[in-house]
Amino acid sequence: MEIGLTQYLIVAATVFAIGVVGIFLNRKNVIIILMSIELILLAVNINFVAFSSYLHDLVGQVFALFVLTVAAAEAAIGLAILVVYFRNRGTIEVEDVNLMKG
Amino acid sequence: MLLTAIAFYVFSAILIASSAAVVLSRNPVHSVFFLILAFFNAAALFVLLGAEFLAMILVIVYVGAVAVLFLFVVMMLDVDFAELKKGAMKYLPLGAAVFIALLAELFIVSKVWTVAGTAGSALASATPAHITNTAALGLILYTNYVYYFQIAGIVLLVAMIGAIVLTHRHRPGVRRQSIARQNARTPAMSIDVVDVKPGQGG
Repeated sequence: MEIGLTQYLIVAATVFAIGVVGIFLNRKNVIIILMSIELILLAVNINFVAFSSYLHDLVGQVFALFVLTVAAAEAAIGLAILVVYFRNRGTIEVEDVNLMKG
Repeated sequence: MLLTAIAFYVFSAILIASSAAVVLSRNPVHSVFFLILAFFNAAALFVLLGAEFLAMILVIVYVGAVAVLFLFVVMMLDVDFAELKKGAMKYLPLGAAVFIALLAELFIVSKVWTVAGTAGSALASATPAHITNTAALGLILYTNYVYYFQIAGIVLLVAMIGAIVLTHRHRPGVRRQSIARQNARTPAMSIDVVDVKPGQGG
């Protein structure tokens, strides 16, 4: 019943895979896609902290802190873009985002 | 030890179940609440790993700020979410295939990897003993990694300014205070002496 690094890696891998699948399943809804990205970054953070704890190296936690910062900034900017887009177009469907014809 | 194992399995089971619910939920508001539950359980896992500071930061930043931001936006936008959800199950086979492939690969990786023999001597900054996690993090964050810390602050500042600039709306009909105009006002501009004839006032 010893909880080792492998168990944490498996939990993080499962959360990561769920986050990736969330982008597939909710292709129309940008809000759920942003939440899926948050889940992916959370899985990455679990990996960082687990390795940091089991290798007794504190830098993993410092890096997880920076990942957290970037995730917060990304959520703020993403939701701001979403609000502006909804104000202009009245919808948040991803498939309608084609004004730039990229 | 057994208690730790039970706690680990309970927290990770709830974490995985709630992250699946985030993705599969029909109502985005429920998704946000399951996201909050997932973050709480991830914070509990961080506590089990001995990273108390990050656990508390996760609760404060994610549950207190990011999740509430999501909740605001979900409730503010008047979107027919059922319409968006329609046809989502069309992608279920593809999604399931990607899920199984990704998970199998990551499982294999996490089973067969080993720590290199020299890893123990190559630590960037070893966890100091007899000191709390928060103090140890602070000791290296504000010395060895102070530039990265400043850059993180700048990233947050730029994100804040960007979000304000993006969502700020200039409405034409709103009367705002103009301090320059107030200061430039003279008595001649604002006071008018009217000679009212007797009996006509009121």
